[in-house]
Amino acid sequence: MSEAVSAVSIASIAVPAPATSLFDRPALRFAVRRLLRFVVSLWVLMTAAFGMIYLIPGDPVRASLGITASQALVNERRHALGLDQPMLVQYGHYLAGLLSGNFGTSLASRLPVARIIADRLPATLELAVAAFVLAVVIAIPLGTVMGVLTRGGRARRAELAFTTTSVIIGAIPDFVVGVVLVWIVGVHLHWLPVAGRSGFGSFVLPVMSLAIGPAAILSRILRVEMITALQADYVRTARAKRLPALAVYLRHALPNALTATITLGGLLLSTMVAGTVLVENVFAWPGLGSTIVSSILTKDYPVVQGIVLVYGIGVLAVNLLVDIALALLDPRSTIRES
Amino acid sequence: MARWRAVLRTPVGVCASLGLLVLLVFAVIGPMVWSASASRTDVASMLQGPSGSHWAGTDNLGRDILARVLVATRLSVELALLATLLAVVIGILLGTAGFVLGRRAARIVAAVVNIVVAFPGLLLALFFAVIFGVGAQGAVLAIGLAGAPAFARLAQTLVASVEQRDFVAAARIAGVGRVRVLLRHVLPNIAEALIVNAAIGAGGALLAFASLSFLGLGVQAPAYDWGKLLGDGLTGIYEQPIAALAPGIAVIVAGLAFNLFGETLAKGVGLTTTLGRVPLGRTKRARATEPVSEEDDAVLDVADLVVTLPGHGGPIRPVRGVGFRIGRGEAVGVVGESGSGKSLTALAVSRLIEEPARVEASRLRFLGTDLRAGAARTHRRLLGTSLAMVFQDPMTSLNPTRRVGSQLAEVARQHGGLSRGAALALAIDRLRAVRVPAAQRRARQYPHEFSGGMRQRAMIGMGLMGTPALIVADEPTTALDVTVQRQVLDLLRSIRRENSVALLLISHDVAVVSQVCDRVLVMYAGRIVEDLPAAELAEGARHPYTRALVAAVPDMHTDLDRPLAAIPGRAPDPTRFPTGCAFAPRCALATDRCRTEEPLLETDDAGRRVACWHAELVGARA
Repeated sequence: MSEAVSAVSIASIAVPAPATSLFDRPALRFAVRRLLRFVVSLWVLMTAAFGMIYLIPGDPVRASLGITASQALVNERRHALGLDQPMLVQYGHYLAGLLSGNFGTSLASRLPVARIIADRLPATLELAVAAFVLAVVIAIPLGTVMGVLTRGGRARRAELAFTTTSVIIGAIPDFVVGVVLVWIVGVHLHWLPVAGRSGFGSFVLPVMSLAIGPAAILSRILRVEMITALQADYVRTARAKRLPALAVYLRHALPNALTATITLGGLLLSTMVAGTVLVENVFAWPGLGSTIVSSILTKDYPVVQGIVLVYGIGVLAVNLLVDIALALLDPRSTIRES
Repeated sequence: MARWRAVLRTPVGVCASLGLLVLLVFAVIGPMVWSASASRTDVASMLQGPSGSHWAGTDNLGRDILARVLVATRLSVELALLATLLAVVIGILLGTAGFVLGRRAARIVAAVVNIVVAFPGLLLALFFAVIFGVGAQGAVLAIGLAGAPAFARLAQTLVASVEQRDFVAAARIAGVGRVRVLLRHVLPNIAEALIVNAAIGAGGALLAFASLSFLGLGVQAPAYDWGKLLGDGLTGIYEQPIAALAPGIAVIVAGLAFNLFGETLAKGVGLTTTLGRVPLGRTKRARATEPVSEEDDAVLDVADLVVTLPGHGGPIRPVRGVGFRIGRGEAVGVVGESGSGKSLTALAVSRLIEEPARVEASRLRFLGTDLRAGAARTHRRLLGTSLAMVFQDPMTSLNPTRRVGSQLAEVARQHGGLSRGAALALAIDRLRAVRVPAAQRRARQYPHEFSGGMRQRAMIGMGLMGTPALIVADEPTTALDVTVQRQVLDLLRSIRRENSVALLLISHDVAVVSQVCDRVLVMYAGRIVEDLPAAELAEGARHPYTRALVAAVPDMHTDLDRPLAAIPGRAPDPTRFPTGCAFAPRCALATDRCRTEEPLLETDDAGRRVACWHAELVGARA
């Protein structure tokens, strides 16, 4: 080995990359294309949020003020909201407002929707991020280990037990998990608070309810992907290099198994964004989810509109992040999709 | 239909079908039987625990909880099915719109569906719930519409796959209208997949409905479904936990029943993965087939190599008693048809065969070390630095997620203890040695940025990271085009010359082997049938199979007007090798003895080996 090293000419001259136009780089082209898709999706989302109000049968202002309100009050409110203008003008105002951070005004509390969202968003974000991290922290080691253990038809019993358990856990809706956790931990054991958001203890149950199902699904997917990766030619190459088993699994098989897992993990993360709505309602969590439900019930449409928009942007952002993560992990993905 | 029935008879299938059946029975009879006790308020027996008259206790108005959960079955299932139906119908309309309206419409619909389908169903359901208003009817519309994009996507994919088939094209050319083609030819062919997904979708719709009702946006009092019972129960969970848990369990069981039923059907329609457990039998002692030469200058010395794979009808033995030795710097080729066991032999001597396959040998020595002794890790360093592997498909043999340079450097870091920088510098040097242009830059690229020939060079360069004594190359040029083949072979040759590395070249290509190798092993049906100097391959072969292989190679003098020479018959199936000489069924010279008695691999004075009863006759015909 030492002879070989001494033979190396370390001071090799760097070969300059051939001069190409900026757009010849696949990574950059990918970034531009992906960003464009994000912008288009965002526009569709904003238009849908705007259109939502007009698709509601009847007059939303009348609906929100109730049948006892005088016609004068309704007209005044309509005017204040700009609802008496032509639709295209309203659409223009709406988009311009959104871009300058104006999400409208709550019909019920007369507070700016942006402020309501700013108050509530952190709680929801904390919940979603913590749950996602927990799900990943559980799923990656579990799926990897199960994949290695059950590769090529090994350990059939363990495989059956794992698959069955994860299917069942994955099929339980998160709010039912929440209710069961409230019953066991809160009602029976009195260990942790079951409502509100105060201190670390109050996080445990909501985060667990959100994370358990996705963790089960994710680890199941990862196991299957690991098994596929472990059969691949490049893993045979890694074994031919006589690397330790752990290096073969973690350095060569796992990154390849993760690409498909991330795609589905992203899907789960956006489902989790929606899942917070339910879990927040189970645990009286003061986030966007409890606000949107109460606003739907009181017909406070500007608030609903604003929160739907925030959720939608959250989902779009997650999808964007997933694609970026994929591009970093597996550079082929920037070329593959077009 | 027969396929479906077969799948439903599996244990999971039976469970799922039974669960679904029970669910549907309760949905039908629930309200008829228990509606009275479900609505009878009894202030005297409020919030009781489970008892003989109230199995699951009573709620805060003294109503029987179990009865309420059972009664709610109908509404829960009914609404879920309605929403699913709506989703499927809208989905099919959207998904097939392109087929009916043409390519441009198809692209627009697909683009919209693509954007919408990225949003989680519950979020869409909330959106539509705002539009359609709170209540059961609004929730059905909301969940149905929210589920539609997924079905639209599915229908699009399915239609696209059927569209290309001949019968659709034929119907169109015959002038059948698009709608008619859709109804008569396309939909019947995608119905199976749609039904399966609808079953899974119904499970999802059931959960979505429970979610909306739980939030108070779905079913409104006095009506109740499981979601509403769950929501009401949660409020009083400290007084009466069962009121929340019972509907929760109902939701889980019903959701699972739909899901499992759908998944089971899906399995029946798609690929079945029934790789059953198969026993590994004991190996019979392989017959000694080789004269022992204990000279220590051998790089590789193998005797009685047997590879056993588990199979359905008992163990399969694709390599049965192979023995050979490779001297220092010697190039040995192994030729044979696919299935002759040549690749498995290469993997077996390289210790790359994994469980459940098994390798046995009476001798397996590499550079004087017995590879049979000790665990794989004891030989890691020796094999990692002295044995280089080159595989058939350079497209898949390099890890797509890692830079080429670091894949090479890894070897030196692992076995040479080099630092990251030194290992990478060595990798670049080796890439240069295998004539990868601009090695410095190339080392930072990923395999997909390399051409096939370049990747194979990188693989060879990987083997040169240590100081190899033997390169095992398994069909290294098969996946490459002819000009690149030439370059890779030249590279292997020059590496051998410069560093006196031995080569074990596996190939089905007799021409390649005779050019590169000193000696050739001919394998047939898991055994070596002939071992001869490469120079004698063309004229001096003594086995009819070798003769046939050589004759089948077209050259510049081959008469192109006549059919190419081929060996009649087929290579034997490793699950049942014939008794006697395995080649006898395809051999023109075969006699009764060939068919009953297997010829031994005999060594002559010159060291050549052949296993044929008629070897002298074949040799004399040259």
